[in-house]
Amino acid sequence: MDPLRTLWETFFDWDSMREALPEMLTVGLPNTLILAVSAALLGSVLGMVLAVAGISRSRWLRWPARVYTDVFRGLPAAATILLIGVGLAPLGMQVWGPDPYPLGILALSLIAAAYIGEIFRSGIQSVEAAQMEGARALGFSWGEAMRVVIIPQGVRRVLPAWVNQLIALIKDSSLVYFLGLVASQRELFRIGQDYAATTGNESALLLAGLFYLALTVPLTHVVNAIDRRLRHGRAAGAPDDEIEDADLALPGAVGGNQR
Amino acid sequence: MSVDTSTSVSLGVRDVHLAFGANRVLRGVDLEVARGETACVIGPSGSGKSTLLRTINRLIEPDRGDVLLDGRSVLGDDPDALRQRVGMVFQQFNLFPHMSVLRNVTLALRRIRRLPEDEAVAVAREQLDLVGLAAKADSRPAYLSGGQQQRVAIARALAMQPQVMLFDEATSALDPELVKGVLGVMADLAAGGMTMVVVTHEMGFAREVADTVAFMDRGVVLEAGEPAAVFEAAEHPRLRRFLAQVL
Repeated sequence: MDPLRTLWETFFDWDSMREALPEMLTVGLPNTLILAVSAALLGSVLGMVLAVAGISRSRWLRWPARVYTDVFRGLPAAATILLIGVGLAPLGMQVWGPDPYPLGILALSLIAAAYIGEIFRSGIQSVEAAQMEGARALGFSWGEAMRVVIIPQGVRRVLPAWVNQLIALIKDSSLVYFLGLVASQRELFRIGQDYAATTGNESALLLAGLFYLALTVPLTHVVNAIDRRLRHGRAAGAPDDEIEDADLALPGAVGGNQR
Repeated sequence: MSVDTSTSVSLGVRDVHLAFGANRVLRGVDLEVARGETACVIGPSGSGKSTLLRTINRLIEPDRGDVLLDGRSVLGDDPDALRQRVGMVFQQFNLFPHMSVLRNVTLALRRIRRLPEDEAVAVAREQLDLVGLAAKADSRPAYLSGGQQQRVAIARALAMQPQVMLFDEATSALDPELVKGVLGVMADLAAGGMTMVVVTHEMGFAREVADTVAFMDRGVVLEAGEPAAVFEAAEHPRLRRFLAQVL
C-alpha cells in the first residue's frame, strides 16, 4: 500500500473519529473540564496562599512555602498523581468511596499550586514598595493593603504566565487515567487512547488532541481580552471594582514558568 | 477652600532618633507645630527630612524620642489608627493605578471608615471638586498629568479628615509648570487652618506660607524660626551656605 496513504489513514480516518466523537463530547469533555476547572480553582487559591506565605516576614511561613514549592515543582506530575491518588486511596475510600476524581483533582491542584504560587509571588513582588506605603499611610493594615492594593496589581501583571499554567493543567488532567477510571469517568485522552487501542488507528487520539486545542487556544485569547480591558478600565461612568481593575502603564508580565 | 480643619491638632516631635544600622539618620530631632500652623522643613538631600515625616505617622518607628498629637504621645497608639488621623502626600503621589480617581479617594472611606458607598462617593466628589478635578473622577490616574495626580493624592488624604497633614516633597516630581497648581492647593489648606508639616525645596512657598521654617542637616534641626528670621537672618553657617545654593 502507498505509505503516504497509510500514514494519512493512521491519523485522519474519519470513520474512527466519527465513532469516537459522541463519547468525547458527552463523557470526555465534561470530565476533562471537571478535572481542569476544579484543579485550577483550588490550585490558584492554594497558589495565592503560597505566594503570600513566601513573602512573609516570618520564616515559619516562608520556609514551608519554599519547601512545598521545591517538592511539588520538582517531582514528575505522573509521580505526584500516583503517589497521592494511590497512596491516599485507602483514606479517600473512607471519605468519598472509590471515585478517583477527588484525589486526582487534589494531586493536580497541589502540582499547579507550586507553579502558580511562584507566578503570583513574582507578580506581587514586582509592585512598587511605594504602593504599600501609600496604602499604609491611609490607615490600611498590611493585610488589607495587600488584598485591595498590592495583590490585584501583582496578579494583573502575571496573567499571561498564569494562563500558561492553566494550559499545562488542562493537559496534565489526562494523567489521572493512571488512577483507573471506569467508563463514565474517562476524560478526553483516555477515550481517545481506548479507541486507538481497539482500532489500531490513531485518529481518535488525534481527535482528542483537537479537543485539547479547542480548550487551550481560546483560553489564551479570552485572557488576553480580559487583560486589555483591565489595562484601560471600564467605560467611564460604570462602577468599577478594585479587584478587577488593573494598571495602565505597567511593564510586561513576568515570563512563563513552564515545566 | 472649605476643608474641615476644626479637628486640627498641634504636633510635637521630641528628641527623635533613628538609625538604619550604623547610619544615624535622625539624631535628636525636635519640632513644634501649633494647631492650625504650617512648618516647612528644608535642608539638603540626605538630611533626614523624609525620614522625619515617616516617623511622625510611624511608617518608620523611631528608635527613641516621642511624637505628640494634641499634646499626647502617639507611640503607644495602634499605628493604623494613628495614620487615619495623619494624612500624607508623597513625592511620587502613590496613587493606585488600577483604580479610577474616584475609587482612589473612596477606597479608605469605604474600607476603613466603613462609609456606605453613596456617602463615600459624595465625600470624594466634594474633595475632588475642591482640588478642581471633579471632571476626572472616572479616569485612571495614568491619564492625568503629574500635577493633577498630586492634587488627587491630596484629595485622597483630605477625604479621611486628618488632624495633621504631612507633605513629602510634594512638587519635586512635577514639571515646573505644574508646580504652582499643587502649591496653590497646599497654601489654601494652610490658610484654612490645617496643621501641616511640609518637606519642600520650594523656598518661595516656605517663605510665604510657613509659620515656622526648620532647617535640617545631618539628622538634626539646626535652626528653626519664622520664615523672615531663617531666610534673612540665618545664624548657622551651614544654613547660610544652603540658602546661598538654593536661592
